[in-house]
Amino acid sequence: MAAHLSYGRVNLNILREAARKELREFLDKCAGSKAIVWDEYLTGPFGLIAQYSLLKEHEVEKMFTLKSGRLPSAEVKNIIFFVRPRLELMDIIAENVFREDKLHSSRDFHILFVPRRSLLCEQRLKEQGVLGSFINIDEYILDLIPYDGDLLSMEYESAFRECYLENDQTSLYHTAKGLMTLQALYGTIPQIYGKGECARHVANMMLRMKREFAGSQNQILPVFDTLLLLDRNVDLLTPLATQLTYEGLIDEIYGISNGYVKLPPEKFAQKKQGEASKDLPTEPKKLQLNSAEELYAEIRDKNFNAVGAALSKKAKIISAAFEERHNAKTVGEIKQFVSQLPHMQAARSSLANHTSIAELIKDITTSEAFFDNLTVEQEFMTGVDTDKVNIYIEDSIAQKDPLIKILRLVCMQSVCNNGLKQKVLDYYKREILQTYGYEHILTLNNLEKVGLLKPQTSSRNNYPTIRKTLKLWMEDANEQNPNDISYVYSGYAPLSIRLTQVLARPGWRSIEEVLKMLPGPHFEERQQLPAGLHKKRQQGENRTTLVFFLGGVTYAEIAALRFLSQMEDSGMEYIIATTKLINGTTWIKSLMDRPESQTP
Amino acid sequence: MMKSKADEEDFWNSSKCKPFTFDDEDDEFSKLKESKQTVKNIRPLVDEDEDEDDVEKISWSGEPVGSISWSVRETAASSQRTEREPAFPKINTDTPAISRSLSGYSLSALFKGGTGKTKGANFQSFTDSQSDSSVRLYAPELRKPKSEYKDIVSDWSPEHTVQRMQQGKVVHLEKFRSLQDKLLLLDFAVSAHDGNVITAVLIYLKRTLSKEVLFRELESRQTALRHFIHYLTETRDQRLLLELLRALGRIEDVALLQYKEHLSIADENKRRDFLKSCLSLPFSPEDSAHVQDHYTLLERQIIIEATDRHAERGGKVEIFQKFPRRASILNMPLITTLYYCCFYHYHESEGTYSSPLNIRQTFRISDKQYFVTALAARAKLKAWSDVDALFTSRNWLGFTRKKSPLSFQRVVDILHRNSAPTQVLQEYVGLVDDSDLRISLAQKHKCHDIVINTYRDLKDRQLLLGYLSKVERGSAEAGKINQLLSNQQIRWRN
Repeated sequence: MAAHLSYGRVNLNILREAARKELREFLDKCAGSKAIVWDEYLTGPFGLIAQYSLLKEHEVEKMFTLKSGRLPSAEVKNIIFFVRPRLELMDIIAENVFREDKLHSSRDFHILFVPRRSLLCEQRLKEQGVLGSFINIDEYILDLIPYDGDLLSMEYESAFRECYLENDQTSLYHTAKGLMTLQALYGTIPQIYGKGECARHVANMMLRMKREFAGSQNQILPVFDTLLLLDRNVDLLTPLATQLTYEGLIDEIYGISNGYVKLPPEKFAQKKQGEASKDLPTEPKKLQLNSAEELYAEIRDKNFNAVGAALSKKAKIISAAFEERHNAKTVGEIKQFVSQLPHMQAARSSLANHTSIAELIKDITTSEAFFDNLTVEQEFMTGVDTDKVNIYIEDSIAQKDPLIKILRLVCMQSVCNNGLKQKVLDYYKREILQTYGYEHILTLNNLEKVGLLKPQTSSRNNYPTIRKTLKLWMEDANEQNPNDISYVYSGYAPLSIRLTQVLARPGWRSIEEVLKMLPGPHFEERQQLPAGLHKKRQQGENRTTLVFFLGGVTYAEIAALRFLSQMEDSGMEYIIATTKLINGTTWIKSLMDRPESQTP
Repeated sequence: MMKSKADEEDFWNSSKCKPFTFDDEDDEFSKLKESKQTVKNIRPLVDEDEDEDDVEKISWSGEPVGSISWSVRETAASSQRTEREPAFPKINTDTPAISRSLSGYSLSALFKGGTGKTKGANFQSFTDSQSDSSVRLYAPELRKPKSEYKDIVSDWSPEHTVQRMQQGKVVHLEKFRSLQDKLLLLDFAVSAHDGNVITAVLIYLKRTLSKEVLFRELESRQTALRHFIHYLTETRDQRLLLELLRALGRIEDVALLQYKEHLSIADENKRRDFLKSCLSLPFSPEDSAHVQDHYTLLERQIIIEATDRHAERGGKVEIFQKFPRRASILNMPLITTLYYCCFYHYHESEGTYSSPLNIRQTFRISDKQYFVTALAARAKLKAWSDVDALFTSRNWLGFTRKKSPLSFQRVVDILHRNSAPTQVLQEYVGLVDDSDLRISLAQKHKCHDIVINTYRDLKDRQLLLGYLSKVERGSAEAGKINQLLSNQQIRWRN
């Protein structure tokens, strides 16, 4: 199931196993048969840790989704609520417990808070008068979830909003805790670098926690050489740009959630012989996307313009493999062919899926709308006319294109101009409010608070300096055979990844000036290792850096880091961790005050 | 209530761009066809046992069979079933829904099904031996520092109390009586960075301190303050939150927070009154103007809605009979309202609330927005004379000419989307300045006259000759082309 987690430089399966072990221990604490009541949001992240089979082995016989009203009947001894610590969920749980028929049933109640128990929630349960009904209140610390062989995510959706809009640092505490867990499993990370306010906080907390643990020395040989903590608000630009890698585009267009994507079913309808006129399925086709799938691992990080060629190459290989059957003459040869058949079939169906997905995406990327949008983005990123009202944005508003698209573009213009002229900003705001509704005043205010949208202050626009120094725009980006990370956005090299690249070589000292222009402090810390754990590095052995994006990371940025890992002379391998995998749309959405979520 | 997106779209006649394929076939993507072909070719060979051999079982919804979210649905479904059936005292664990997907389970699950009463502990060892045994060596006891095992209750220092709270143990905050002690406790909680603990302490402080003292002390403790604000937001303690923000002098936040309340008011009259009460709030100057507009808009919408609903029911106003209203105009954005008024109330005098011109003026709508909206509405009604009038301006000599704040290319685009006939389109295509753009638009919309005239003006015989094949044989256009081609007076460039 999770073999792909252990293929990478760092065996992330260890982390998954540790999480599974804890889950089993908790389940065994509640002796006897069980039913789990799920906070639906958690089923996705939990799916990355365990399958139903694991739960079933520990006498979980029924699973329900958390709903108000009465719990479904189930002849089990224990009812366990798996929930996030949220007040509104506590009210539902209280109702469930209240309406339990106490005469006919004697079920025991338990709560498992994920990722951490909350006194506030417990207080709410107490107020509702049900706290005493729980035999067991526990927490399941699911901070960092292994997502792929080189990728960890906390799946903490609101982290950016909390940190930069609400100034609530709870997610940073969880981050620090997660990093401590990681160090318990993979050894103390000797070097910590960081850029940004939140990065500074996390590093401080880690160092503090380490002092508190002092006495129990970590005797594991360090797997990571370096930890780099990056605030998302150091690089507000990158997530706003449309990702142009295969995986990035899948996420931009269809949205990848917990490693799954839902696609329109039409292209996936399988016509079997004899049932040619079967109705098309109407339910979206759901696919799992990770490096366990050989073909996907090969193409996910390519620029989309190189995907067609890669698929066609793969098609030829598979065809050739199937043709082999004509050469199989002896029984032995036929046997061998047959033995390979399952693998070949898997490859074929994987090819079929990705060909269909690529076709779906191609329809969009070749549309005029996509092209125009991309052109404007690229103009902004290269600094063309960022100080005037943009006609394309104006027209898109008049056409009532989706609000999020408009907000992405306006924010991008603001970021690339280090703020908009007051007149320009006012004009955009008025057009947006008139077209989409005045209640979006709230959203616009949020965007201003986090710095995505701002009026230009007297200081001059420093974006061109940053762009030039960090080479954020590469004219000759090679999409087919890339030689630079800028291929992931067909020209734009993500700022966050440039910072990572420069840190590895030649070091941040070379860009002090630019670092000062970006928000928040930059720093370096060292953690002492016990004697004997200092790594003796072999000649030519790569170093390993864990890059932690506080506030989210995009698939294109991940692709760029994987590209750097694979570069022959980089000497560095990257493992990526984040609070949440994001794209411009999900990110802006998390900052919106949406009317529909407000109406009761 | 906010209207759903779909309702709103009705007014807009869905304005999505059509996908556009570039003329030169992109050869990278023609390769997709190739791989698609391969997939097709291979299929017959392996079709028979397609599903059975997949590495992982995937149900049609794509969830691997046995994944958690799949199982939640499955087991919930099976229990519903058992609810309806006469209840047996004991439900068999192998409900039909589960056994159907038996192949998705591990060996141990089968094992369990077979023996029935094996203890959980046995399974533990069984599954552990199944998984990579080396793993366990690496997995130490996590997150359990030594201090957790000793449980000295005598130590009630703030530091120790915070630690105990972090570990989820019982504490007695009542021990902290003096203000100084309470603040010390808060400071320790803050320096532990555990939001959960900070909040717990704040709840205690909120209960035991007067508002004035609490607010004052929080002002110098920014982290704690932010947690307190978050706590009040979360518990929807709006009153105290507003008081706090006011005490802190964050008046713009107060204003926005209060304004936000309107979203939860469903009744339009109450909502209007509430918005009116917001007008005096201390917004920033720009926001203040927007909120004023918001109020004015809703006020008008309520009047327009009442009048129009009445007119529609009365059945005497033709336009409502011909084009029944699809949704109420209440709470729609301003531009949607303008569209509505351009549709139903276009020719009203400037004095009425529903007159488009009045709306344009009251809300300072930009020329461009006004034109796009009016154009779309009138084109939708096929009121071509109104469209014409929109662009016609008369100069002081009395000559008329066509002017537009948006490019004529966009005008053509909007007209085309509202299925304007060729004669109408032609007029506006002809007004496009750039000749290349004009030709490509004319070709796209089959405005033959424009194409022919432009080629004639360019004296391009070859292109004109080529165009002959694109018009119907024997048509007036074909005749015109032939006539031009045989015209001796034109000096062709080629």
